[in-house]
Amino acid sequence: MKKAITPSALAAVFLCLVLGAAGAQGAVSLLGSGASFPAPIYSKMFDVYARETGVKVNYQAIGSSGGLKNIMDRVVDFGGSDSFVKDADFSKYPGTIVHIPTVAGAVVVTYNLPGSPKLRLTGDVVAEIFLGNIVKWNDAKIASLNPQLKLPNLPIMPVYRSDGSGTTFNFTAYLNAVSAEWKSKVGSANSVSWPVGQGAAQNAGVAGVVARTPGSVGYVELAYANQNKLAVASIRNSSGNWIEPSLESTSAAAAGSMPKDTRILLVDTNASEGYPICALTWIIVYKEQNYGGRTREQAKAVVDLLWWITHEGQKYTNALDYAPLSDSAVKAAEAIIKGITYGGASLR
Amino acid sequence: MGAFDHDEGYRLRVRKNAAFTWLVLLPSLLVLAILAVIVLTVFLKGVKALNPRFFLETQKPFGDPGGGIANGIVGSVMVLGIAALVSVPLSILAALHLVEKSSSFLSTLLRLVVDSLQGIPSIVIGVVIYAWMVVSLGSFSAFSGGIALALIMIPTVTTSIQEVLLLVPASYMEAAISLGVPRWRASLGILLPAAKSGILNGVGLGIARISGETAPLLFTAFGNPFMNLNAAKPTGAIPLIIYEYIKSPYADWHEKAWGAALILVAFVFALNMAVGARKTDKSR
Amino acid sequence: MIMNDKIYSGILKGTAILFVVLFSGFIGTLATNSWESLEIFGLGFLSGREWNPVTVQFGAWPFILGTLLTSFLALAISLPFSLATGILLGEYVKSPGLARFASVFVNLLASIPSVVFGLWGLAVVVPLVQRLQMVLGVPPYGVGIFSSSIVLAIMIMPFMASMTREVLKNVPESVRHGALALGMTKQEVVLGISLPYVRSGIAAGVLLALGRALGETMAVTMLIGNATRVPSSIFSLGNTLASVIASQFNEAESDVHRSAMMLLALVLLSLTFIINAAGRKIISSGAGRNHGRI
Repeated sequence: MKKAITPSALAAVFLCLVLGAAGAQGAVSLLGSGASFPAPIYSKMFDVYARETGVKVNYQAIGSSGGLKNIMDRVVDFGGSDSFVKDADFSKYPGTIVHIPTVAGAVVVTYNLPGSPKLRLTGDVVAEIFLGNIVKWNDAKIASLNPQLKLPNLPIMPVYRSDGSGTTFNFTAYLNAVSAEWKSKVGSANSVSWPVGQGAAQNAGVAGVVARTPGSVGYVELAYANQNKLAVASIRNSSGNWIEPSLESTSAAAAGSMPKDTRILLVDTNASEGYPICALTWIIVYKEQNYGGRTREQAKAVVDLLWWITHEGQKYTNALDYAPLSDSAVKAAEAIIKGITYGGASLR
Repeated sequence: MGAFDHDEGYRLRVRKNAAFTWLVLLPSLLVLAILAVIVLTVFLKGVKALNPRFFLETQKPFGDPGGGIANGIVGSVMVLGIAALVSVPLSILAALHLVEKSSSFLSTLLRLVVDSLQGIPSIVIGVVIYAWMVVSLGSFSAFSGGIALALIMIPTVTTSIQEVLLLVPASYMEAAISLGVPRWRASLGILLPAAKSGILNGVGLGIARISGETAPLLFTAFGNPFMNLNAAKPTGAIPLIIYEYIKSPYADWHEKAWGAALILVAFVFALNMAVGARKTDKSR
Repeated sequence: MIMNDKIYSGILKGTAILFVVLFSGFIGTLATNSWESLEIFGLGFLSGREWNPVTVQFGAWPFILGTLLTSFLALAISLPFSLATGILLGEYVKSPGLARFASVFVNLLASIPSVVFGLWGLAVVVPLVQRLQMVLGVPPYGVGIFSSSIVLAIMIMPFMASMTREVLKNVPESVRHGALALGMTKQEVVLGISLPYVRSGIAAGVLLALGRALGETMAVTMLIGNATRVPSSIFSLGNTLASVIASQFNEAESDVHRSAMMLLALVLLSLTFIINAAGRKIISSGAGRNHGRI
């Protein structure tokens, strides 16, 4: 009598598991993990891809370094990362890896000031704000860039991403490029030791703090700013033009020369119409796909997917506030994808 | 005079007593109010996302109409089921050991292990299970997620089972053993049934404890936007969906995240009500 | 099936040993994973005040301090409230229906994902604290150690209240009735008889609650402001051991960074171990005394 309840429940669970295990393996499915920045666009692309080709792609946003670790451990078919693998780290991978750019993104500087004026900032001034050198909004350095505005005598509160993120990496990489003081005192990484300001988790956290704290300034991804209609600053790029962050100015930043392996920092671009705080995001796979008992079919599925993402898939980017790849980036990606092999033979 | 003094002292005591009653009542009401507000917040924010499609459809990309979390609901049931299946028997045996051999060195050690397990950050449990199971088996799976959650659940379940076992009067066991019933029969036949409702409650509490865990699943169950019924494959889970949606830039996804949180809370609430109902049956 | 006491005892012993072995394996995995940073920083890791992924310099002191500050503050905030609720449920409300409602409610609250507590804290607690900080003239961050402690206090309240209620059950009803019959007021019974009777049980409950608060992750991560500097006051921004792991682990770039976080996990584990061991010690000594009295 006493056993009546639990065993029946257990049996039900077991049945579920057994049935599940016996479930059809069916069509090819692919696994990817990594950066969370491109996760929404990937979910759109892979949903369409599953309906068009029947290949189910499961991408999980566990973070760039998680994705790199997974591809290193060979537990996924591809990794996603917001930053490229450094030369010194290549040897840690059990095989040769290649980077395929998928979409481009931008990091915007957002702020909370009475009346939401449109601010113009230079990289150097942004660096000084986040270093704690400029502490008031009516500082002469900000005022001289915005002569038409009457800036308030309000203390500046910088807000940064507290969780390690590619957003922080790209933002600090930009400050590194434009400010020697930043480079020597703070540097660039997914998480850095911030001299001043307060941290908040995720884009939503930063945007939330900025929204409710007058005088605050933070950085978030362009998609986030567009979706939530945040006040964003125009930044002067290296050609001396004031550039508003937008999908066009992001794509433009990537329109310059592209190295063969696509491992390039787009920040502080020399493209004249390019927004200066931009970055590519990549999918990382092994060049030789015949490893760990993988079938040729599986390898072919990876290559076809990569081709689709960098071509047909690009048309879904704008609706989700991602910038499509520039032509030069697509060209470079094509060459890399054609170089992926199975048992030494190209798959495309 | 003397009688008056007594009266004065008595009145003071009565007043003190009344004041104390308020001192106990008011903070309790405040606690209740705060907690009710939190539950209400989850309800009000979550209920907007709820409709039949939310339960029946799998996740859809942003911008597509409809879309639900069916893949996460099924995945969560699977992962939680595995966690319960693994942790409950182990917890019962561990609790029996703690109660029946309470003075042994092994029990002291076991007690410390169980308590300390509770202190491991759940993300670290996920990382260790990733190293143990995912890398060695070469695949993410619902099963590895279940094991990670089981490790988090074990301390809660073991502790509450141990507590109710201790409440069973020692005389029951003494009577059985003096009648010549073997010890193992007395344990399984008297101790466990007597404590059944407490055990169920402990399991309910344990599942409540793990049902919202995200971090240990990132590296184990992994997540899956498609429906999956295979325990050896990556599987979606409600907390993973909440995590994915809440950090996205889209208002629609934020609403869905709250909807998913509401389903999670409602599920555990229903589970606890079921346990509560069982208790009532028993008392009749 | 043949079953006898020997086999039964063997199964129990086997389970216990399995637990110990698994746990040792766990510590072993953590230790191997943290070895790299232990070799670099040694014991200085504990007192190191800098945590900088760029210069690959890691020290745990800001987070040890942050963890202790948030947990003890949370405990101090929640203690009067949880005691009051526990006493109300254990001494004043004797209806089994209400008791069941209380236990369902506690389970319900335990099931609210930590991330939801975090979101709620951001929406409700942070603005209130911000206002308080403006009055006090400290930087109005809103988030920080104080805000996380408040939310943490709310999170451990149900647990501590139900612990208090449970231990109050141990006070024999006859003792209570006797005292009331002698003319003591309810307040005198509670303060003079019941609470002293279960003192050790409550102390143990407090320590176990502390054990929970130490490891609480998501809500704290969202509310503490995530600064890697050493906190200077309860209004400072900070980080706990668990929150720094949660916020940086997924995007750690260098191996040293990752292994330093494993080392943080070991530190947290040791801290919890010590607190729990102390709690258990009080329970076992207290339990012995209570048994003697009954």
